[in-house]
Amino acid sequence: MVERADNQSLPQAEGWHTDGEEPCVTLDAFLSQSNATAVRLEPDEDARALIPHLDRLTLIEVAFPKFRDGRGYSSARILREAGYAGELRAQGDVLVDQIAYMKRCGFDSFAPEKPLNNADVEAALSRWPEHYQGAADGAVPIWKLRHG
Amino acid sequence: MYKYDQYDQQMVDARVAEFSDQVKRRLAGEITEDQFKPLRLMNGLYLQLHAYMLRVAVPYGTLDSRQMRMLAHIARKYDRDYGHFTTRQNIQYNWIKLEDAPAILADLASVEMHAIQTSGNCIRNISSDQWAGAAADEITDPRPWAELLRQWSSFHPEFSYLPRKFKIAVIAAEEDRAAMRLHDIGIQIVEKDGVHGAAFYVGGGMGRTPMIAPLIKDFVPLEDMLSYAEACLRVYNRYGRRDNIYKARIKILIHELGADEYRRQVEEEFAHVKSLGIDPPKAEFDRIAAQFAPPALDASAPDEIDRSDPDFAVWVDQNVAAHKVPGHAIVNISLKPVGGIPGDASSAQIDLMADLAEAYSHDELRVTHAQNIVLPHVRKADLYAIWQKLDAAGLATPNLDLISDIIACPGLDYCSLANARSIPVAQKIAARFSDLGRQKELGELKLKISGCINACGHHHAGHIGILGVDRKGTENYQLLLGGSGAEDVSLGTITGPGFDEDGIVDAIERVTDKYLAERSEGERFVDTFRRVGMAPFKEAIYG
Repeated sequence: MVERADNQSLPQAEGWHTDGEEPCVTLDAFLSQSNATAVRLEPDEDARALIPHLDRLTLIEVAFPKFRDGRGYSSARILREAGYAGELRAQGDVLVDQIAYMKRCGFDSFAPEKPLNNADVEAALSRWPEHYQGAADGAVPIWKLRHG
Repeated sequence: MYKYDQYDQQMVDARVAEFSDQVKRRLAGEITEDQFKPLRLMNGLYLQLHAYMLRVAVPYGTLDSRQMRMLAHIARKYDRDYGHFTTRQNIQYNWIKLEDAPAILADLASVEMHAIQTSGNCIRNISSDQWAGAAADEITDPRPWAELLRQWSSFHPEFSYLPRKFKIAVIAAEEDRAAMRLHDIGIQIVEKDGVHGAAFYVGGGMGRTPMIAPLIKDFVPLEDMLSYAEACLRVYNRYGRRDNIYKARIKILIHELGADEYRRQVEEEFAHVKSLGIDPPKAEFDRIAAQFAPPALDASAPDEIDRSDPDFAVWVDQNVAAHKVPGHAIVNISLKPVGGIPGDASSAQIDLMADLAEAYSHDELRVTHAQNIVLPHVRKADLYAIWQKLDAAGLATPNLDLISDIIACPGLDYCSLANARSIPVAQKIAARFSDLGRQKELGELKLKISGCINACGHHHAGHIGILGVDRKGTENYQLLLGGSGAEDVSLGTITGPGFDEDGIVDAIERVTDKYLAERSEGERFVDTFRRVGMAPFKEAIYG
């Protein structure tokens, strides 16, 4: 299941990709083949390798083979900080208790291996009214709310 | 002291609601223990040998009397009437029921406290100098800097699934009372051309591979501190090892890269991060700093202490430290009575310390990394009244920084990681050296005991350190000499083969006897050890 952060379910994913969308290629394949528009980034791959190509990418899928492996959070922020505006998808061992942080790091779609309960997702994403620190989601940090 | 505003309160309240929901789902079997584990850990809840253990954060070790009383209330209502103060200035409760955890967190939130990020692979509670705001040798109060870091690191979306836990300490004095360079990041507030900034030491730690943090940046301006910390963490999050839990701390990354290469990567990341505007304006620092304004102390208060009661005079000499304001003093309350458990306090004792803080110390208390409690702002004229009340409650042991002021982890009596018991060894050593005259003759001697290689009892940093190991099914204790967690930071060296529980006490006595025979005028134990080296001590121990 692929869900957009706004909770509108997208068509069911099959394997790595959603029906009707271009399959993601590996980072190596992407860097050697100039026409792909969707790429999959593994935890140990450098998100910055994609920076010269961001304007032609429509989907970057960041792999979370284990939820405890937090490298993908940095990858997401680096991509958003570099101006990437396309879809940024967290795929793999994505659990409801991680998606609020993922969203803050710039993910806007989720492809969990095990389907999530929609009500839990909604609760998780609306849990925190404000945030202490700036991140990649455009939220106004608390210190800015304090000082206008 | 820092007071929560609506935003701070809203954050802890949301966390209580979130964790209540997670516990509910766990108890209903909707999530597995494997999925629940990182969630409960980020709320300070460990599953130990006999029960759940809850670790409550005491940010930079500072508490008011209302908060202290809540700690007593939790001990009474949800635990077995006591709590255990830890080496990271927190408090742990050892007998907690999972189903009570949400109610405890709600009680804590009602007094601006929480257990957020007291465990898990995230940025842990920020620790600091227990004499902050009172010490004569500080250049400023480090706690506003620590509070800025606390807010930045709380619920940090990028750094909540780090390779391993991450500990930050902040000090602002030359004397290091917080073991700053044995942290993942140790920050020392320093002054350059009349301006304060942060010196960043990164990659220290104890555990099975102890390391002293190298200086990564000598002066980070206040307005860049969070960006610099963010850069340090991002490099670690991306490149820290995740293949081996024992090599996952940042110290291993920095050791493998070298400090220069790590610094280069951080500087490169910092150049980028600085453009993101994540540092708050100075107005936010000023807002926080205003809440740590020194209490109004009367500098003309009498400076003499009536020492006519000899027991009181002994306590004053050992446990009372100089305050920056004349007529005042810092009271150190030892939680190390002979025969007691280092760092433990009963609910009645916790309440009493709260009462004393309210009556005599401008409503402030501190927890120290040596597992003691501090009343930071006391009039000298009130010392005798305070001492009498402490003495009546078993809290006036005059042994600060002496051999019986032992740091000890909970060990095999409680901890599921431990290989050996720490508490009985601490008790036997304290009993062997129970004569106070003998302790004072030995002078400053920091003895630290860990019940396993993870080093929660800071044995690497003890002038005398003890490491409990499992040797073919029996508890065995290795002896280390020459460590220090202070400004003269060093790592202890193992003397040789280990000992059984009674043998280690005998070995320590041989070491202290040797010190008395070898020392020169004015030398502490650790000074003598550094001068003469291991050989004479080894000879004394093993013959």
